[in-house]
Amino acid sequence: MIPAEFKYLFPSTVDEAVRMLAEEGEDAKVIAGGQSLVPVLRMRLAAPTALIDIGGLTELTGVRDDGDSLLIGAMTTHYEVQRDHLVQDHALLLKLVTDTIADPQIRHRGTFGGSLCHADPAGDLLAPVLALDAVMIIAGPSGRREVPASEFFVDYFTTALGPDEILLDVRVPKYTGWSAHYEKLNRVAQAWSIVAVAAAVQVRDGTVSAARVGLTNVGSGPVRAVDVEAALVGQPASAEVISEAALRASSGDGYKDNLARVLTGRALTAAVAG
Amino acid sequence: MHISVNVDGVTYADEVEPRLLLVHYLRERLSKTGTVVGCDTGNCGACTVHLDGHSVKSCQMLAVQANGHDVTTIEGLARDGKLHPVQEAFHSNHALQCGFCTPGMIMQAIDLLADESDPDDETVRKGLEGNLCRCTGYQNIVRAVQDAAQRMKPGAGPDQERHSDEHVTAKQPVGGE
Repeated sequence: MIPAEFKYLFPSTVDEAVRMLAEEGEDAKVIAGGQSLVPVLRMRLAAPTALIDIGGLTELTGVRDDGDSLLIGAMTTHYEVQRDHLVQDHALLLKLVTDTIADPQIRHRGTFGGSLCHADPAGDLLAPVLALDAVMIIAGPSGRREVPASEFFVDYFTTALGPDEILLDVRVPKYTGWSAHYEKLNRVAQAWSIVAVAAAVQVRDGTVSAARVGLTNVGSGPVRAVDVEAALVGQPASAEVISEAALRASSGDGYKDNLARVLTGRALTAAVAG
Repeated sequence: MHISVNVDGVTYADEVEPRLLLVHYLRERLSKTGTVVGCDTGNCGACTVHLDGHSVKSCQMLAVQANGHDVTTIEGLARDGKLHPVQEAFHSNHALQCGFCTPGMIMQAIDLLADESDPDDETVRKGLEGNLCRCTGYQNIVRAVQDAAQRMKPGAGPDQERHSDEHVTAKQPVGGE
């Protein structure tokens, strides 16, 4: 189908974009890569009165080293994340997750920040961003603010972003030397995860010194598997410890509960194997 | 809204509605009907074109998002009446039956070969994940992409376009003349 009519605006600065959002009111929508929004517009599941295209805000593109953390610009494409050396070295989990998103064409256009703001619970980036303790850096009419991922994802397709706010960057602490794995179950090419598990572990001298585990598509938003993490830390990185820890993954739903456990076991096994 | 887009090497300036999709702009305004609409939902990849050298699904983009950018379609691949090596490889490997997915398959294969110059079977299949074919079972498509990789290797061009080093060296001006 053809989208409903809308007004199209193309700001050249973040401040201008924020001003446009405020002026156009809450029926305005920001468009980044458009790989989720254009299908939604085409199916007329949404009919915003105005689209504010932030494709011209080049300062929101790219990954920067910021000391103890990385700053990933909201407009960085999945393709760029996949090939970024900083991500590879300090946030391997994000690279592995991004490799599985949709297909190559979508990864060329779709953006890191756009996926997070769309907040589809089946979206692959939510769980790792939550598990890695990322922080969202947001611009609004009253300036900048920071929101931790644990407070950013509110509900199905709903985030803490106000109607007049824009996500600028995502700060991800460095996980240098950690190993990681994303275990995703879907039935056909390009399909959303039925359930997926994002795991990053730090193993020192055969012992798990730290672990981060996030679950995709087991609820209205991403879930941090804190019980699984707690069962791993300080324990030997062994098959027994992993299968015991994986039993603590849960989704509150029979079929997905089982999937969460099985996939957590697989994810941790692969992550520990490095 | 006024847009200016370079498509297959020609710059077009047009007034378009913001809701016009890139694929409809290409087909209906520019008559570039080589790019087809398959599923219309972003799954099949038949509408794949290149935007600034990277493959995109033109049914999942607004024409206004291409403003100021370069678009290459299947119609822009041939040079001087000669098919692109990937087009030739699809032809000679019988990598199509009904042919509807072919424009998108070829555009995505070219994108894949830009990143992976000698892909194995698995890499080709992953690289074409966003393109669906309902006829061939993909076997000949995978063969065609691997054949194209060989055709595009350095030094793999036709004999008449091959220059030996000596030939080039002989044309260098000699010092003192």
